[in-house]
Amino acid sequence: MYRYDQYDQAMVDTRVAEFRDQTRRRLEGKLTEDQFKPLRLQNGLYLQLHAYMLRVAVPYGTLNSAQMHVLANIADKYDRGYGHFTTRQNIQYNWIKLEDAPDILADLAAVEMHAIQTSGNCIRNISSDQFAGAAGDELIDPRPYAELLRQWSSFHPEFLTLPRKFKICVIASETDRAAMKLHDIGIRIVKNAAGEIGAAFYVGGGMGRTPMIAPLIRDFVPLDQLITYSEACLRVYNRYGRRDNKYKARIKILVHELGKEEYTRQVEEEFAHLLTQGIEPPIAELERIKAHFTDPAFDQGASDDLDLSDPAFALWVARNTVAHKQPGYVIANISLKPVGGIPGDASAAQIHLMADLAKEYSFDELRVTHAQNIVLPHVKKADLHTLWQKLDAAGLGAANLDTVEDIIACPGLDYCSLANARSIPVAQKISQRFAANGKTGELGELKLKISGCINACGHHHAGHIGILGVDKKGLENYQLLLGGCEGDDTSLGKITGPGFTEDGIVDAVEKATEVYLAERAEGERFLDTYRRIGMEKFKEAIYA
Amino acid sequence: MLDHLRFREDEPAGAPAVTVDAFLTQTNAAAVRIEPGDDARSLLPFLEQLRLVEVNFPSFGDGRGYSSARILREAGYQGELRAVGDVLVDQLSHMRRCGFDSFLPEKPFDPEDAQAALNRWPEVYQATGDGRQPIWAKRHPANERD
Ligand code: HEM
Ligand code: SF4
Repeated sequence: MYRYDQYDQAMVDTRVAEFRDQTRRRLEGKLTEDQFKPLRLQNGLYLQLHAYMLRVAVPYGTLNSAQMHVLANIADKYDRGYGHFTTRQNIQYNWIKLEDAPDILADLAAVEMHAIQTSGNCIRNISSDQFAGAAGDELIDPRPYAELLRQWSSFHPEFLTLPRKFKICVIASETDRAAMKLHDIGIRIVKNAAGEIGAAFYVGGGMGRTPMIAPLIRDFVPLDQLITYSEACLRVYNRYGRRDNKYKARIKILVHELGKEEYTRQVEEEFAHLLTQGIEPPIAELERIKAHFTDPAFDQGASDDLDLSDPAFALWVARNTVAHKQPGYVIANISLKPVGGIPGDASAAQIHLMADLAKEYSFDELRVTHAQNIVLPHVKKADLHTLWQKLDAAGLGAANLDTVEDIIACPGLDYCSLANARSIPVAQKISQRFAANGKTGELGELKLKISGCINACGHHHAGHIGILGVDKKGLENYQLLLGGCEGDDTSLGKITGPGFTEDGIVDAVEKATEVYLAERAEGERFLDTYRRIGMEKFKEAIYA
Repeated sequence: MLDHLRFREDEPAGAPAVTVDAFLTQTNAAAVRIEPGDDARSLLPFLEQLRLVEVNFPSFGDGRGYSSARILREAGYQGELRAVGDVLVDQLSHMRRCGFDSFLPEKPFDPEDAQAALNRWPEVYQATGDGRQPIWAKRHPANERD
């Protein structure tokens, strides 16, 4: 994985010094809260219901063991012993004191980490495929391109006060595991007819209150123009994105209002101009970065044999592991969704353990997924049983990846000042319900996503089943959505009808799954059945 | 306290800056003021005659002026490029990178804070036409530019 050189290190060290100085000026009263707010936001500090929340960047979701240990130490030293992994492949701490923030950033910088641009109206942490470098279906590892973009977007002086936040995602495989088309810019690394590698640009996707799927605006940008093209996309947005209404300020609204053709025309014009400006790093820089992402030293003779005689282990293998490109290895997913737990939460002890296991069994690498789980990307099949035993003993053995128990949920009213309703207790009750009725396995792949308000941090639009917290005359109320999907066949969920109470929504979800079980055709997932039979039958059952 | 921070040797332009609309109808002015919604490119035919372009920041959170500044410099504008309005000390180094060489903030800067902010970043990741070598050029010396 990528390692800093003296320049990258100088950048994060400078940022720590800068933020220390800004915090001092704030505490001395030289900066008003209004002036300080964008500065702290660009260092990942939000003021929430009970305390400051700190969001630490995990670039394209990749971490090593030493970094993971530091994340655990921060949870212990500055928080209440927990970290919360997020849908943007980052980690958040919910109980931070402002005075401690500069020291935390210094601890992070010591292991090549930071919280730069994890919030605020700027280009955010760049996300990617959590199986990058391990998946069998990828064209090439997408992370070098994400790293190139990370450096370009860090402290980009023109784009630090955009109309709104800006999220970029880079993938390089057929299967989209990162909700690429739901980003402000989604990039798919592709090969053209001539066999050259380049980038397809999808611009103007997003969730929030007006969810939109990004249209393709260019099917091939040569690799030696990647930064220049990105800069053109951003400049058009910075100049013409709406600033009169914060709910209409995302690039999706600009692309929608101008129309994809007109936006594309403006980008191409700006691009032609910027090509004359010499802003593109040389291909040698991309090659330098790529050298950090070569395959680990796999055991070429590793055996594909796996003893599945222990049924609990066999279930975990079936549900939580994914085929690896290297024979004898698998991708192992650690579910942070124990039944009745808080989705995405891990204790400091668990984070330490995952760090140790990564070192021992996965070439010192971990990934954070947008579904709020952790991946050990390169595990030898021969080690898998031992690994599973250690996970299971630490409460990390839940065998429920991509099932109804593997719920994405935002912090909701338990932590978030914008929330209408709590998300976490709903997630807990649903996973308990299905663990108790034993239908989790039978239901197969079923993505359930919960947001505590219309901002959609929990991706409810993109859930096969989505739940949205709303305020109904001062009471928490939940709407049900069906039919969303974040993958290649991206679609947005539709609301079934009137909302439910907290217990009512759990019942409604169960009824929806019963309709699926009754109606499904051979080999169909919940989503497929819904797409085939439509909303009506579900509605009848849910509102009966 | 610092009222006006300027990184130029020449005499400041004397005449007050006119709006872009006024400038475009009586094109002999030497100083013009750009508001966030103005198109900086409308000035490109007249760069030779301009000695001062003021870019107004009515609110520090509106970043359109950064693009305006770069567009003018990319087109070869050599005159004074002045940031005016709600210009804050923590934005100074980014504004310098976008081509501003003069700052007239609504609220004067603390000189020490301004100096610290200007000297903050020894390295930069991007090429923005301000003459600084980006990190990638230093990593690959064949790509250093003068
Ligand atoms: C608790 C404090 C949080 C606050 C105040 C907050 C605020 C917001 C707001 C206002 C939006 C809507 C932005 C827009 O549509 O322009 C948003 C979107 C989003 N947030 Fe959060 N958020 C919080 C926590 C989180 C967490 C913990 C996650 C990850 C689990 C997250 C992930 C996202 C995502 C994925 C989106 C949708 C992005 C899109 O619209 O494309 N947020 N958030
Ligand atoms: S969706 Fe709403 S409630 Fe949930 S974290 Fe985002 S802003 Fe808060």
